[in-house]
Amino acid sequence: MIDMKDNIKHFLISNSVPIIFIALSAFAIPLSGFSYGYLVQEMLTRLARNSFLVLSLLIPIMAGMGLNFGMVLGAMAGQIGLILVTDWSVVGIPGLVLAAIISMPIAAVLGYVCGNVLNRAKGREMVTSYILGFFINGIYQFVVLYLIGIKGMLRIPFTGMDIRIPVTNPQLVLSRGYGIRNAINLTGLRHALDNAFQFNVPFGSAVIDIPVSTYALIAFFCVFIVWFRRTKLGQDMRAIGQDMAVADSSGIAVERTRIIAIVISTMLAAFGQIIFLQNIGTMNTYNSHDQTGMFSIAALLIGGATVSKASIANVFVGVTLFHLMFVVSPMAGKELIGQAQLGEYFRVFVSYGIIAVALVLHAWKRYQERERSRRGLRGEA
Amino acid sequence: MVAKLKKFIENAGWPRIIIGLFLVSLYIAAPMVNVKVLTSLSDTLVRVGMNGVLVLAMVPMVQSGCGLNFGLPLGIIAGLLGATTSIQFQARGLAGFGFAMLVAVPIAVALGFIYAQILNRVKGEEMMIATYVGFSSVAVMCMAWLLLPFNSPVMIWGYGGSGLRTTISTENYWRHVLSDFLAFGSDTSGTFYVPTGMFIFFFLMLFLVWGFFRTKTGTAITAVGSNPEFARASGIDVNRMRTISVILSTVLGALGILVYEQSFGFIQLYMGPLYMAFPAVAAILLGGASVNKATMVNVVVGTFLFQGILTMTPSVINSLLQSDMSEVIRIIVSNGMILYALTRKTQVKR
Repeated sequence: MIDMKDNIKHFLISNSVPIIFIALSAFAIPLSGFSYGYLVQEMLTRLARNSFLVLSLLIPIMAGMGLNFGMVLGAMAGQIGLILVTDWSVVGIPGLVLAAIISMPIAAVLGYVCGNVLNRAKGREMVTSYILGFFINGIYQFVVLYLIGIKGMLRIPFTGMDIRIPVTNPQLVLSRGYGIRNAINLTGLRHALDNAFQFNVPFGSAVIDIPVSTYALIAFFCVFIVWFRRTKLGQDMRAIGQDMAVADSSGIAVERTRIIAIVISTMLAAFGQIIFLQNIGTMNTYNSHDQTGMFSIAALLIGGATVSKASIANVFVGVTLFHLMFVVSPMAGKELIGQAQLGEYFRVFVSYGIIAVALVLHAWKRYQERERSRRGLRGEA
Repeated sequence: MVAKLKKFIENAGWPRIIIGLFLVSLYIAAPMVNVKVLTSLSDTLVRVGMNGVLVLAMVPMVQSGCGLNFGLPLGIIAGLLGATTSIQFQARGLAGFGFAMLVAVPIAVALGFIYAQILNRVKGEEMMIATYVGFSSVAVMCMAWLLLPFNSPVMIWGYGGSGLRTTISTENYWRHVLSDFLAFGSDTSGTFYVPTGMFIFFFLMLFLVWGFFRTKTGTAITAVGSNPEFARASGIDVNRMRTISVILSTVLGALGILVYEQSFGFIQLYMGPLYMAFPAVAAILLGGASVNKATMVNVVVGTFLFQGILTMTPSVINSLLQSDMSEVIRIIVSNGMILYALTRKTQVKR
């Protein structure tokens, strides 16, 4: 009896964040007035759209590197792939595959840089990867705004050659001849993966589309993660996540393994961003990647993950709950107070707030453990 | 001579020298591309005055070992509350500005105290948490700006009748009350202009903070920042010192944004303060501060270098290349500086 009570208590405490959000949604859904058919469709679409990005966060967490705010690097690499593919007008699945092929090496290089930078900032990986995201964003903007174009911005003297990455489609390039436009229509790629194999299910009076092909890819990736955890490399990462010093003295190449974790995460994020954008259908060249990191991290944390522990279940629960709130809160705010803007800001607050709370809880716990072990040394405990 | 130069380079650090040289070359290049040096110089001065106190707000927390104050928006919010309250009560001129400060400071102390209680429980991870505490507080205030019972017609939305506007003009209230105090020249005539009053205030603040760090409490704070274990062993209440430093940083943030607004002429609400910590962080690092050591010289040099680049790049680079690269340069320089400070080897083993 006591056992069961204890079990329930433990379950409630360890899943307190998702439970709070379920309660919040249960309160907000009827207020918003959305039909259940609409919400189920939205959630299925958004799960397909975002899960891959969120899944890419799992491996660095396993390696004890915290939440990889540097995943935006991968997102940028993916976008460069999409820009080039759109310019060459390769459409459909081949276009997506080509975009992935282009972005993988870019993401690998960026991930390698990120891994090296993070190795120089052990113990503050999160803030460093966060700032690195901003820094690389500057370089991305430099490349996309000045180096890509029909004509170059800079001319090499005496040769008549431009310094540029050639893009010829005038619909992509700003009228001045270089620089990519702010909004790009991914016409040929739109829903290319989602529509490859789609399944329609009647739900009440509505019909719900399930993008089976996207889900198949996500499922494949989940299997990959489960398999990866059992490999030598995966075990090494978990050992490093437990204790870097112990892992080092048992002969694991700590720095190298950490770099690999970040490289994998960045490459997967590039892939995730391509899946994300093919579903959206338009790309904001300068903003799309900005919120990718924050939204993915917030979703993962809402799913009950912590800075040091995250599972595949956390990803799906998190994406569903986060986006449920995303859809519902503006309407609920409007019904409740008469201002949709209020719900909008509430949504922003939750995204930031949940990250803040998760980080505080994690750091607090670690701090207390450290204090306790020190007390033990002093012999008071 | 060579040894001296080497020593200087070592002290200043390569990034700082490169950026310093870059700034100097911008000033040299300016007349060649028909950019008025005097105007740019007074623009730089105005911006140094505007941002100086915000950069200064980094110092106490850095000194006490709380790291860079990415939670600056918290102080800014206190300042914004002071500013909006003063306009609500139609307080004008220097007195109005003083009233805004009077309202802002207690709010900043309260917010800073709460902020410090959070940071004292998460030692070692202050920076990331500070960032998100700042972000969340901005989002909370977004809701508050919509709901708070302000009703001055210059501040609320014209059509809805409730909720504050995104930008509120401080004209007719206390715009330029500090800047134009004993000012040299005028900012509208296009001649050389020095916002003397703003600099008097800035240097007063610098002096006060400098003086504070020479008192018993100030020394204790520095000790906590340099070596918390040692500080504790010598009987210093570490958490109390950290709390004082965080409150001080938050108060300076509140005062800083008020100085900024009186010069800028507008109060920016809602998402306005979201990223305001980053330029201030970059500036103090550019001035030679590290993650746990900062001086008044760092503040002055850093603000001048950073704001100098911000004013000079748009005008010079644009006329040189016929395209606006200033934004990209700003992003790369400021975040590159922060990244450099976070990854310095000496910093990692503190």
